[in-house]
Amino acid sequence: MNLNFLDFEQPIAELEAKIEELRYVGNDAELNISEEIARLQAKSRSLTESIFANLSPWQISQLARHPQRPYSLDYIQRIFTDFEELHGDRHFADDPSVVGGPARIDGRPVMIIGHQKGRDTKEKVLRNFGMPRPEGYRKALRLMEMAERFRLPIFTFIDTTGAYPGVNAEERNQSEAIARNLLVMSKLATPIICTVIGEGGSGGALAIGVGDRVMMLQYSTYSVISPEGCASILWKSSEKAADAAEALGITSSRLQELELIDRVIEEPLGGAHRDYDATASKVREALVAALDELSAIPLETLLEQRYGRLMGFGNFTEV
Amino acid sequence: MTTSWLQRLLPARIRTEAGNKKAVPEGLWAKCPACSAVLYRAELERHLEVCPKCNHHMRISGRKRLMAFLDETSREEIGEKLAPVDVLKFRDSKKYKDRLSQAQKSTGEQDALVAIRGELKGVPVVACAFEFGFMGGSMGSVVGEKFVRAVDAAIEHRSSLICFSASGGARMQEALISLMQMAKTSAALARLSKQGLPFISVLTDPTMGGVSASLAMLGDVQIGEPGALIGFAGPRVIEQTVRETLPEGFQRSEFLLEKGAIDMIMDRRQMRDRLASLLAMMTGRPAP
Repeated sequence: MNLNFLDFEQPIAELEAKIEELRYVGNDAELNISEEIARLQAKSRSLTESIFANLSPWQISQLARHPQRPYSLDYIQRIFTDFEELHGDRHFADDPSVVGGPARIDGRPVMIIGHQKGRDTKEKVLRNFGMPRPEGYRKALRLMEMAERFRLPIFTFIDTTGAYPGVNAEERNQSEAIARNLLVMSKLATPIICTVIGEGGSGGALAIGVGDRVMMLQYSTYSVISPEGCASILWKSSEKAADAAEALGITSSRLQELELIDRVIEEPLGGAHRDYDATASKVREALVAALDELSAIPLETLLEQRYGRLMGFGNFTEV
Repeated sequence: MTTSWLQRLLPARIRTEAGNKKAVPEGLWAKCPACSAVLYRAELERHLEVCPKCNHHMRISGRKRLMAFLDETSREEIGEKLAPVDVLKFRDSKKYKDRLSQAQKSTGEQDALVAIRGELKGVPVVACAFEFGFMGGSMGSVVGEKFVRAVDAAIEHRSSLICFSASGGARMQEALISLMQMAKTSAALARLSKQGLPFISVLTDPTMGGVSASLAMLGDVQIGEPGALIGFAGPRVIEQTVRETLPEGFQRSEFLLEKGAIDMIMDRRQMRDRLASLLAMMTGRPAP
């Protein structure tokens, strides 16, 4: 089994292995096998297309958590210039599971805030597997308030399993840290553009996710609870995660249908991790378009619209 | 009830009567889950479901709480017609629709929040209380909308806002729509605050997850009921993450007070007087 591929991608992995093998053979054989390689490559492509045309919500959540998926810093590096990372909440510590600071996009100064997961084991631990503690959210709050003071539009990148569920996080009032961000973001006098790039895990995601535009990468997810968590509470078995993923409607296409997000950013065939540069350029295009659109709106109108958007969330009836 | 040889011998009609007789004392007496004292039901109600022997605060229904809390005159319910809809057709081991009708039947409420505008010892207030018996007090669209209407009513009538929370968090059956209620309710509180109107958040047992991480933690004054479980992540989830036993009293009101997360712990029976006094000071009125 090829670990670069998810279990539902294994038929693709097998084909790719065959192609590699042929290439190796091709070097010292007289036979012209380039035709055969081209044929297999075309087959691999169409197989990938057909698999990816029918992904289940559970398969999409595997992609959203793919170990090779691009993280916030991968996008920041490719989309922005002059990024200066700022650290610390000024009260307790610096939380490396949240990164942020000023940067430029198209020459325009902005503020960036994003969840950050780690790539190798050491970095994963350092970044607490991308699960922020209260100081991470308070650092984000500090940067957002700074952005408002200096009239910098804010870009947030959402990618977390959730806020860290730990003793120390509770001791420092995780709830308050999240709640405060929700309150402040609802009235912050500067455009806010949020993009879910991987996992949008519940309150931990929303704490940097209240804005004027909320976009999602095609194979990212956004949910009130993880499929596993939901399954273990409602089905009394975490093995029902696939059913829970289906019921929760966590995918970008479903959430756009429900009008909970504004835009879906398409990913390259096979997912964002297959081509970082191509994905980043799609994200960049979407960010610039949103920024242009929001910059044209007077601040007061923008804030009214943001409030109206928040108040519009919910479905109910009057009996 | 154990069936004795005597009951087996009795004719059916007599046995039924015997069963009825037994049901009467069950409603008359209650047992405190903390100190096991056997309490006279009417006395327990007079004490607002607080054990008169050991001060253990039992859960109380949202409506009952507000009825005992507010002045008896000039009460006006807010958003009482709001009712939930199941747009996602959510189904786990049970249909969400069925869970809703069951909860509506057992609690007599449309959803998990009750909101009433009235007065507290003459001080104009809007008070809301979660109904924990309604799907664990979970916050979905109706709770979010009703809370916002309560905030709007407070702004319109220049009243203070009080919320008694008791909730497991966001309602899973409304998926991401319920997560958005966290943002919605918090945004409304930003407006209330801008109007210079006070918000007192009373955290009762339990206040967890999405409710704790939004409206419940945004009070000007944060009050915990004695022994209430309050936190973001549930104790079981934390135990699984850190793989150690949690310290005693972890996430209880007393723990939060020590960590600086709440202002005080208050006995339920004192709340009418003390909150009226606090709000009168915060809104520049003479002592009630």
